Formats: sequence, structure tokens, C-alpha cells
Amino acid sequence: MIEIKDLHKSYQMGSNTLHVLKGINFNVEAGELVAIMGSSGSGKSTLLNILGMLDVADTGSYVLDGVPIENMNETKAAQYRNKFLGFVFQSFNLINYKTAQENVALPLYYQRVSRKVRNEKALEYLDQVGLKPWATHLPSELSGGQKQRVAIARAMAAEPKVLLADEPTGALDSKTSYEVMDLIQQINDKGNTILVVTHEPDIAEMCKRVVILKDGVIVEDKKVNQKRASAYVQ
Amino acid sequence: MSSFRFLLDANTWQEIFGSIRKNKTRTIITVIGVLWGIFVYIAMAGAAKGLDNGFDKVFKDVAMNSMFVWAQSTSIPFEGFKTGRSLELRLGDATALTNKIPEIQHIAPRNAQGVFGGSPALTVHGQKSGTYSVLGDYPIYTKIATKKIYDGGRFINDQDIELSRKVCVIGERTQSELYEKDVNPIGTFIRIDNVYFQVVGVHKYANGVSFDNDSDIYIPFTTFQKLYNTGDRVGYFVIAAYDDADVVAVEKQVKTILKNRHRVDPEDERAFGSFNLGEAFGRIMGFAQGMTFLSLVVGLATILAGVIGIGNILLISVKERTREIGVRRALGATPGEVRMLIIMESVFLTVIAGVLGIVLGAMVLNLVGNLTEGGDFPYANPTVPISYVLGALGLMIVLGTLIGMIPAQRAVSIKPIDALREE
Repeated sequence: MIEIKDLHKSYQMGSNTLHVLKGINFNVEAGELVAIMGSSGSGKSTLLNILGMLDVADTGSYVLDGVPIENMNETKAAQYRNKFLGFVFQSFNLINYKTAQENVALPLYYQRVSRKVRNEKALEYLDQVGLKPWATHLPSELSGGQKQRVAIARAMAAEPKVLLADEPTGALDSKTSYEVMDLIQQINDKGNTILVVTHEPDIAEMCKRVVILKDGVIVEDKKVNQKRASAYVQ
Repeated sequence: MSSFRFLLDANTWQEIFGSIRKNKTRTIITVIGVLWGIFVYIAMAGAAKGLDNGFDKVFKDVAMNSMFVWAQSTSIPFEGFKTGRSLELRLGDATALTNKIPEIQHIAPRNAQGVFGGSPALTVHGQKSGTYSVLGDYPIYTKIATKKIYDGGRFINDQDIELSRKVCVIGERTQSELYEKDVNPIGTFIRIDNVYFQVVGVHKYANGVSFDNDSDIYIPFTTFQKLYNTGDRVGYFVIAAYDDADVVAVEKQVKTILKNRHRVDPEDERAFGSFNLGEAFGRIMGFAQGMTFLSLVVGLATILAGVIGIGNILLISVKERTREIGVRRALGATPGEVRMLIIMESVFLTVIAGVLGIVLGAMVLNLVGNLTEGGDFPYANPTVPISYVLGALGLMIVLGTLIGMIPAQRAVSIKPIDALREE
């Protein structure tokens, strides 16, 4: 699903050059649930941003589902993001003046799905994350865990090939974190490819594979025995 | 994606409405700026037009290219005459002027008693009496200054002149002062300076600029000659030039000819007096045009200020919504779509504000129009031409688009990744 070869990325910080990614080689098969770990500054977020086409690598190749991602202009990148990728952020990033349902329907709007269909679909996805009764609520009326579940529903509504989650549990307590991870596992069980950036070991253990980054290189890449989050959820 | 299809897409409008509806304070503040601008523009343009109409109404009873000329006394000795010689206009001057100046359409000689000199005539009807100015007129006078005569009456006619009839046309006020309310004065007799005259008409007081008073009594010129023993002397001429003639040039010619006939130094500026209505009218119309122009400039400047205000607030709003825009772009909004969203918000707000401002301005104009109705103030029917309104709307759409481009460009100039990081 994802093939990355010799990826380099550096930032210009004043007169200093910060070499963040120093040659990443990395493949992800369809249906995998991968945790990307590392301390802050290890380059894990940068890697996720490049995977999400929010950022561009300096050198190296990136192929997503057989499509080489190169020479992107903003318009093309936006269309690819819309078609291939779903995003889940640490701070949820819901649009605060839109209801839960409208938030979930937003990627479908950019896919030019008609209003009726996208509202139906949005409700369907909200139902899957167990928030159908909250469809007309604004994000400010939802708890942190509920917000993240709305965000996941929104990411899934566009039926992306890969779901990218940047610290999805970073702003949540343990119990809520496990509920969110349970949801992510369920989505993964249906065959979706998911990448989760985290620095919490217990969250990483709930994935099927853990990739550890340090100073811009992959230092460890191992399969793990997945712990089911449902075991922690009453 | 063509932007035209984007415009017609109902989904686009739902997004715009959503964003506008959910940011009420911002929307209201933004709208007020432009609303005020267009309101000022409409109100001022309408008021200027009302003033314009008002002046038109005031001058409508008078031929605009008309002038008066009267005799004074010389100020320069000439051909053996000493300075300070009194001059008199003669009936022969009228014929000479008409013959020599082709631009003259009508010339009406007049004599007046009790206007510039002489005492007003004691006028008696039954037990009531009063003193009124008496004017000796030819029928042609009505070609220059429209006289409204009440039903059943008439103005002096050619036969009155020919036969020196003792008939008169009295003023509205004269009627009310000399007659009981229900009495029809037509056909009755009044005594003017001890001579009985039959009343043949009552002239209506013309609101606005007119040469005459609402109490003046008109009698035939020939009768006047006999009553006051004026011979062929003329008090003053009322001259109307043709519509396309330059009345200022006619005024000069008239004076030159009169000086020649009366043996006055051509350089003598004081021998004949004149008043040129065309010039005075032109000056007032120039003022009205100046007002219109001023209102346009001020109105447009205010609209511009309002639109800049919209741009300013949208710029702040874009800054506030950086994260939202980042999210939208992460979810697949292209830069074009984001740009279009912001521009359409700007245009939509501008147009809504504009329409509200136009409606409000029209209401205020209507109110002011009703309040000043029938008054002496030269103000009537304050309207704004539809072309001005459409022009203003068009201008607002253009300005709204242009000003919206600044925040729109700003919205897409931030990389989505930076936008998402923004706290």
C-alpha cells in the first residue's frame, strides 16, 4: 500500500539546517495497523505529514497504492488527500461551528457528493462510532473522546485507502484512549490500513507492528502481538 | 473544476451560508460597514436629485432664457449731454430690438405702478379696500411667464389692448382681501385709483421663482397708459430668447442697441440695468450639479471604506480560521475552492449589505420626501436613478471580489501543515 525509499527531509531554521529524516525505507501492506514511535524530534510527525501529502520530501520516492506521489501542486495534493487519505489529529480539529454530522460530511462535500447522500453517509459513519444520537451536537457539546470519535468517523467517511492518525490519544485520558483504540482496531479489522503516530507504549502495543524512529532513522521495525483494547474497555 | 460551475453548485452556497450564519457577530459588523456606505450614497444621491427636482419645479413657470432690462440714468457725458441724465424706455425700443436681434422670441413691455416707483393703487370693492401694485401688460407676457388663471377667468387679450378696456386680472390675495369667501369675483367691478375696472380673471400664486406677487393687479398696457398718463414710456422689458440662444449674448446686444437709440456712451455701464434669469438659473443648476457630484464622490468613498472594512474583517477572520482552513485542505479542499469560499463570502456579505443599505436609503428618502412635500423648500421627488443603484451594486460586487482576494490569497498562502499547527 505504501512504499517509501530513501526519504530525506530537512528544515531551514535560520542559518541552521535541521536534518529531520535521514533516509527512511519503509513499506506498509494493505490491512496493516502500524504504530510509529519515537521521542519528540525523532521525525515521526514529519514522516506522517509527508505520508499525508501535507509536506513534501526533499529526496526519495513515495508510492501510495501504486501511484507515485511526486511533482504535487497544492490542487493535486488536495485531490489525492481527499481520495486516498483520512486524517485523525491529536487536537481533533473539528470545525467548531459545524455539527457532528456536518463535520463528518465535509470530506464528502469536497468529493462533490450530493447533500442528501452525504448526510445519510455521515449519519451512517456516526452510527458506526456510536454517536448517532449526537449528530446535531456541536463539537463544544461533546467530550474529548466523543470528539475524537467524530474525527475518526470524518476520516473514514471519505473511504480512504490509508488512515493517518497523529497522536490520536494524546489529548485523552487512558480510559478514553482505549475506547478510541478499540474503535481504530475495529476499523482495522475490516481491512483498513492505519498508521498511528504515538509515544505511548501501551497504545503502540495495541497495533500489529511498531516502527521506532530515532534522530531521523528507523531503529526498530517489529511485528507485535496485538493487545485488544476491548479488554480494557468495560 | 470551472469556477462557474462552482458558483452554481448548491453545495457551495450551503458552505458559504453555513460559515456566515455561524459567525453572526462578524457578519453583522461586516455588513454594517457597507450598509452604512451604500445608505449614505443612496441618501445623498437622492437628496441631490430632490434638490435638482426642487429647483426645476421652482423655475418651471418661467422661461429660463429670459431677462429684464430697464432704464436708469447715464454716468458718462456723451454727445453734449451731461452726466446723470434720466433715461426712459419707449415702446419703439421693443420693435427696434425685435427687428435687430433675431434671437429674441418674445418681448413684453410692462409698466408698473407701485413696484419700483409711484404709490400702489388704492383699490376698493364694496366696503373693503386695499393698496396693490398695478401692472400694465400685453398678452404676450404670458408666453414668457406662465400665468395660472383660475377657472372661469382669462388673462388680458388683444382686444383689451386695442380697445383700452377697463378690465383687470387680480391676484389670489387681492381676491381674499377684497371679496367675501363665496363670491365669484369674475364679472364684478372694482375701483382702482378712482376708475372702475371689471375683473376678468384671478391669477394663482406661483410657488417658486416668479416675476410677480400674489396681490398684483394686471390691466391692459393701453389702459395703463391712459390711467397714469405714461404715453409710450415703458417701465421695463421682459425679453425671452429662443431656447438655443445664448441669453448672455442677447443681453449685451439689447443694451448696445438701447444705448445707441438713447444716445448713451457705449462704455456707460449704468445707463441700463438688466437681470438675466438664464445666468442666475445656470448658477443654481451648477450648484445642484455640484451637489450631485459631491454626493457621488462622498457616497462612493464611503462604499469603498465599507468594502475595505469587509476586507479587513475577513482578513482577521481568515487568521482566526487558519486552523479550519487547514482542516478543510487536509480533507481535500483545493486552494481554488478555499479561495472561492472566502471571495464568495466577501461578495455575498457586500451584496446583502448593499441591498439592505439601498432599501434603508430609499425608505429615508421617501420619509424626507413626504415631510418636505408642499413646503417652500426647493426639494421634490427625491429619487435615485436605477442606473446609479445598479452601478453601485455592480461596483460593490467588483470591490467585494477584489477585496476578498486579499484574505483569500492569505488563506491559501499558509501551508495546510502550518495551518494545522497553528494554535
